[in-house]
Amino acid sequence: MSWETIDRTTVAEEKLGPGLSAAAREKIRTFFPRYPSKRAAMLPALHIAQDEIGYCSLRAMRDIAELLEVPPSAVMDVVTFYTQFWTHPRGKKVITVCRSLSCELMGGKEVLAALKEKLGIDEHQTTPDGKYSLVTEECLASCDHGPCMQINEKTHKCVRVEDLDRILSDPDNDKISMPRSDIFDAPQKT
Amino acid sequence: MPYERVLMQNVGVPNSTSLQVYKAAGGYQGLVKAFGMKPGEVVDLVRQSNLRGRGGAGFPAGVKWGFLPIDREITYLCVNADESEPPTFCNRITIEHDPHMLLEGILIAGYATGSTVAYIYMRGEFMEQFHVLQKALDEAYQAGYFGKNILGSGYDLECYIHRGAGAYVCGEETGLIESLEGKRGQPRIKPPFPAIEGAFHKPTVVNNVETLACLPHILTRGLDWWLSLGTEASKGPKMYCISGPVNRPGCYEAPLGITVRELIYGDDFGGGMRDGKKVKGVFPGGLSVGVLRGDIFPKPPDGQVDPAKGYDELDCILDFDDPRHYGLLGLGTAAAVVIPEDVDIRDVLLNVTRFYSHESCGQCTQCREGTNWIYRIARRIQSGAGRSYDLDLIAELTENMGMMPGLSICGLPDGAVYPIRTLVQKFRAEFERHIAAQTPDAVAKTIKAINPAAYELPIQEGRALAHVGGSMQEIGDRL
Repeated sequence: MSWETIDRTTVAEEKLGPGLSAAAREKIRTFFPRYPSKRAAMLPALHIAQDEIGYCSLRAMRDIAELLEVPPSAVMDVVTFYTQFWTHPRGKKVITVCRSLSCELMGGKEVLAALKEKLGIDEHQTTPDGKYSLVTEECLASCDHGPCMQINEKTHKCVRVEDLDRILSDPDNDKISMPRSDIFDAPQKT
Repeated sequence: MPYERVLMQNVGVPNSTSLQVYKAAGGYQGLVKAFGMKPGEVVDLVRQSNLRGRGGAGFPAGVKWGFLPIDREITYLCVNADESEPPTFCNRITIEHDPHMLLEGILIAGYATGSTVAYIYMRGEFMEQFHVLQKALDEAYQAGYFGKNILGSGYDLECYIHRGAGAYVCGEETGLIESLEGKRGQPRIKPPFPAIEGAFHKPTVVNNVETLACLPHILTRGLDWWLSLGTEASKGPKMYCISGPVNRPGCYEAPLGITVRELIYGDDFGGGMRDGKKVKGVFPGGLSVGVLRGDIFPKPPDGQVDPAKGYDELDCILDFDDPRHYGLLGLGTAAAVVIPEDVDIRDVLLNVTRFYSHESCGQCTQCREGTNWIYRIARRIQSGAGRSYDLDLIAELTENMGMMPGLSICGLPDGAVYPIRTLVQKFRAEFERHIAAQTPDAVAKTIKAINPAAYELPIQEGRALAHVGGSMQEIGDRL
C-alpha cells in the first residue's frame, strides 16, 4: 500500500547484478587524465561497464559512483537519460532498427515487422535464448542506404525483408570489417 | 566548368582514411599555413570568409570565436559530431572517408582560438566511424600533429573522442557540454554563452564537423576562391544530402545555392525519382526546417514566392536565407528527404511528431508536453479517428512552443514546430480530405480495435469520443 514505508536503501542482493572487474576499473581510471573533473568520465565509464556486463547493473552504477566520486543517484540520473544504456540484461546481439522518415519511406516498417515475426518478440524484448534483443532508434545517419539497421556495431544497409534470413543466420553479423580501436572494448578475459 | 569537389575530394580514393593518402593530396598544408600566421589573423581570415556554421543554425564561425574573452586562461574546443538530425549524414561521410580533414580543421580552429584540449563529441550510434576516427587520431598523434609542440610551432593540443549514448538533444551546444561533463544532456539557460562559460566553467568553442572541415580549404585555397563560391550571404561549398525514393540517394558537394529541384532531379545529384513518381513534398534541410510542396502542385504562374498559396515550391534555393521565404526555419543541415506522391501525409506527420516527442529532453514543460500532445493527436489522425478541429489544435499548439516566443531553453521545440506547422499548413487539404472521409462506422471500428472499452460510449458525427471515463487524454494514449 502506498502509505507503507518503502525501504529504498537496501536492495535485494540478486537485484544488484554483477559489479565491475578490476580490469574495467583500471580502464575507467585511464580516462581520468582526459578531463578536468572525474565526473566527466561518466559516459566512457558506463560504456565500459555495459561492454563488460552487458548492461548497467545497479552494482556497476554504485562502483562507478565510487570511482568518479559522485553520489550513485548521479550515475543513475545519467543512465536513464540516454537511450543506449540498458538497466536490465539484454540479448547477446542487439538489433537496432532505424525508424526515422527516410528509412520508413524505403520500407523500414516492413523490415521491423518481419524481424518481429522472425524473432517472435516485440520491441524492447529479448528472445528466450538470450541471443537477440530488438529495439528501434531515431536515425542511424545512414539515410542514403535506407532502410538500415545495426546489429551491435555493424550497420546493415539497404536491408530488404528477403535478406533478413541471410543476415540473421550469419554468425558474424555483428562484426565490423575495419581495424578496431580497443578503447571501449571489453577487457580481455583470461 | 564542372565544380571541383573539395570537401569530398578524397571520397572514393582507396585507403582515403590514412594519413599518407591525405598528405599526398595536399593534406595538413593548411595547418602549416595557419602556423605561419598569428592566431588573431586566422580568426580574422575566417571572419572575412563569412564561414557560417554548417550544423543548422548558420551562425558565423569567426564571430563565434570573437566572443571568447581576451584574458582567458584555458579554452576548450568541442567538435559537434552528434549528427542526429534525420536525414543528415554528411558528417558521417566526412568521418568515414576523410577523418584527417576533420583533424586538420580541429588543429586550425584550436590554434586560432588558443584551445588546449579538443573533445570530439561523437554520437553513440557511430560505431564504425568511431574506430575509423580513433585510428586516424592515433596516426596523427604518432606523426606529431597532436600533443606537445606541434610541428615545432610551440602550440599544444590534446584531442579526445568522447562517445555519446543516443540523445538528439546533445547536438545542441550546451546540451553537448552538459553531456561532456558527465551529466544528463539537458541544455543550459543562455546567457552565459559557451564562449564565456562553457565546458567545465571555462570558455568553450563548439563547432560542427563540416564547419571545421572547411577551414583547411579556406587557408590553402585562399579567401578569393572561397568568396567566389556560393550566393550573396552564403559562401563556400556545402555537402548536400538526399535520401528517400530517388534514383541516386547520397551526399553531393556543390557551392551553396543550388535549388531543391536540382538536388532531386539533377543528374549530378539525386537523378530523379524512382519509378517516375512525382514529389508530394520534401524536407529540404533536415526535418527541423519544415516541408516544401512538391511538383504534384501547380507551378506558380509568375514565379512568385508565396507559401500561403498552394504552389510547387521546389525552386527554393538552398542557401542560408532563401528557405525563410517559404516559411521554413533556415537552411538547417541541407539534407533533403523526398516524400513521393503515394505516401499518406498522415504517416509522415506521425513519424515527425514521434521523433520530437521521443527526443525532447523534458526540461521545458511546453516542449515535453507539447511534442507529446501533438504526437497523440497525430496518432489519432493517422489511425482514422481524427477530429475536424485537430488541425487547428495542432496549429495553436505550435504557436505556443519554442524559443521564438521565448519560452524554451534550447531550439528543439522550434525544430519541432516548423515541420509540424508547415506540414499541417501546406497539406491541410489532404488532412481534411482524410478526416472528412472518416465515417462514424470506421471511427467506431478503429476505436473498437484499439480500445474496446471505449466503444460502449457515444460517438458523434465521425469524431472520436469527447470523453472516455471523463478523460480526453486516455483516448489519445490508447489511440
